[in-house]
Amino acid sequence: MSDTPVQTSATVLTVRQVQDYHAMTLVAPAVAERFRPGQFLALAIGGEHTSRLARRCFGVHEVKSDYGGTVEIVFADTEPGTAWLAGRRSRDQVDLLGPLGRPFRLPRDPVTCLLVGGGPGGAAVFALADTLLRRGCQIHFVLGGPHAKAVFGSRMAQRIGDSATVTTEDGSMGERGTVRDVLPRVLRETGADVVYGCGPTGLLRAVTQAAGEFGLPSQVSVEEFLQRTGACGTGVCMTCMLPVHGDDGVTRMVRACADGPVLRGDRVRWGDLGTIPFDALGAPRVLSVSEGGSQ
Amino acid sequence: MSDRVRTTLGALELPNPVLTASGCGGTGRELAQFFDLSRLGAFVTTSVMAQARAGRPTPRVTETPSGLLTAMGLPGPGIETFLERDLPWLIEQDVRVIVSLAGNSVEEYGDLALRLRHVPGVAGIEVNVACPNVEDRGRMFARHPSAAAAVVRAVRAHARPGVPVLAKLAPDVTDIVTIALACVDAGADGLTLINTLEGMAIDPGTLRPGLTGVSGGLSGPAIRPVAVHCVYQVHAALPSTPIVGVGGVASGLDALEFILAGASAVAVGTALFHDPNAGPRVLRELEEALAARRIARLADAVGLAHKPAGYVPPQVRPQEPEKETL
Ligand SMILES: Cc1cc2nc3c(=O)[nH]c(=O)nc-3n(C[C@H](O)[C@H](O)[C@H](O)COP(=O)(O)OP(=O)(O)OC[C@H]3O[C@@H](n4cnc5c(N)ncnc54)[C@H](O)[C@@H]3O)c2cc1C
Ligand SMILES: Cc1cc2nc3c(=O)[nH]c(=O)nc-3n(C[C@H](O)[C@H](O)[C@H](O)COP(=O)(O)O)c2cc1C
Ligand code: FES
Repeated sequence: MSDTPVQTSATVLTVRQVQDYHAMTLVAPAVAERFRPGQFLALAIGGEHTSRLARRCFGVHEVKSDYGGTVEIVFADTEPGTAWLAGRRSRDQVDLLGPLGRPFRLPRDPVTCLLVGGGPGGAAVFALADTLLRRGCQIHFVLGGPHAKAVFGSRMAQRIGDSATVTTEDGSMGERGTVRDVLPRVLRETGADVVYGCGPTGLLRAVTQAAGEFGLPSQVSVEEFLQRTGACGTGVCMTCMLPVHGDDGVTRMVRACADGPVLRGDRVRWGDLGTIPFDALGAPRVLSVSEGGSQ
Repeated sequence: MSDRVRTTLGALELPNPVLTASGCGGTGRELAQFFDLSRLGAFVTTSVMAQARAGRPTPRVTETPSGLLTAMGLPGPGIETFLERDLPWLIEQDVRVIVSLAGNSVEEYGDLALRLRHVPGVAGIEVNVACPNVEDRGRMFARHPSAAAAVVRAVRAHARPGVPVLAKLAPDVTDIVTIALACVDAGADGLTLINTLEGMAIDPGTLRPGLTGVSGGLSGPAIRPVAVHCVYQVHAALPSTPIVGVGGVASGLDALEFILAGASAVAVGTALFHDPNAGPRVLRELEEALAARRIARLADAVGLAHKPAGYVPPQVRPQEPEKETL
């Protein structure tokens, strides 16, 4: 069953500083072989006798066949767990689970695709770009971040994309502003048939909204939300829930890790992330102190 | 698998003592991606309630040293969907299924047990009494001997005769032995010790509680000494009542510790979040640990820590080859 995830002790090949982030390449042939763009990895932090029990989830930037199959992740060292990861060296071992979650759905025909990325999450759109290019799709990029060093992959996007638009809030690279500001124009100019997004929640919301205005399907990876809320990455802990409405109009709480991380943008209730909407299936009518206790 | 690890929980015979802890094994489908569920002694389901529940908003979890603090709000699909969708799938996997029940009133627990009465394939029932009692100002059943006993009595009365009922108790009470005795008197065939301990963390960044629910349940290796102590105390008072030891089991030696304290089986919870293969790994390590100590049968190790120093359990003679079945 090659589509099932594996658990493996992966060897670190390299850890490099890339602008504001760290890029880590891991040798994990069984994971590389199974990987489909949009899926993610869940890494254990702190070594064998760690006191940190939650796994950290990362999208995959690139899969290569070197050394039997490597996967590369990109992350910011914002907390002790990711700082530990950033401190790994060549030949260290990291316990890795993957590939996990649902991948991006791919167009059957060679259509025009807009790929939108923000922050370190933007790294994951490049694995998707590889696959789309091989299928003969046209690809356009929009990448954004607060400042130049926070925009991942702008040069690569210029190299492989049919076009690449960069926005920074401080104007230190590309256009001053946010991704939201340029999306309508880029959608018009490129004539995109579909929009893919990966990055912070605000960006995904903007992608969904812009795609909706143009009547286009949007597929977004809620990887950043998963990184903030998830503990297992495999779907057992139920800590990464977000509200999604289905075909039947009913809102359900779904797991970012096992039901996502790729979701149809128009299905996610972006304004209600981090809450249980009152009309969600199984929502408590009154959230009183007596509801739920400590479980 | 060797006969060495067979165990029993009252009338329920298990091929090995490693279970999943309620709420930590998902629907079973997620773990089945990593290993064959039939390798477990039993699968304990997430606590099932009468209605579908979305649970609490995120963040529901914060990491603490060697532990997790979670406030989930008992999310689940409700008994209807559970019986239609999740239970039949689990039974198909050829794994013994222990269904965990949770309710907000004694009546709700009784009704749930009744719903299970005619469902074939339920190997056991675990009663999660760590729920707020809406009829009693939301005070946890598990904190009061009479309330816990009332729940156990209601479940025992409605459950199919012969299906063992285990009462799962909370550790943060004045005297867990009193509550254990009350549950056994009310008809519990065994006890699961322990549920999470109430705790709290404050985020130094936001200067506010780390969890939406303010307080949460502490789990993981951080609580293992508390859990082992509960098992030890209760086994001393009720030596013939089977106990499932729960709380921070992450290795075979952890499991052995619970068995020596008096547990006949152990359940792996939070460790599954860290390592989805923890179940089969803990079992393998436990088998190795028993072999290394030349302990012939798991049953000989149950409660061994209560024996006077110098007591030697029946041993496998070194020259005797290990008996293998299957
Ligand atoms: C980029 C793109 C390109 C496409 N190209 C083609 C093409 O070339 N040719 C073609 O024939 N079709 C194409 N399609 C259509 C595609 O095959 C599917 O029909 C489309 O993705 C819709 O699938 P679905 O509604 O079954 O959602 P799914 O793919 O099943 O679900 C999408 C996501 O939404 C979530 N979700 C959906 N419903 C629910 C629910 N009720 N509750 C909780 N979560 C839910 C799921 O978790 C899932 O991650 C394309 C679609 C996209 C997005
Ligand atoms: C996320 C989570 C959900 C849980 N859900 C339940 C539940 O539904 N019913 C229950 O009886 N116990 C539940 N528990 C408690 C566990 O079954 C177990 O008793 C406790 O976590 C201690 O074991 P551990 O340290 O191995 O996790 C839950 C624990 C966690 C961490
Ligand atoms: S991270 Fe555990 S269920 Fe999603």
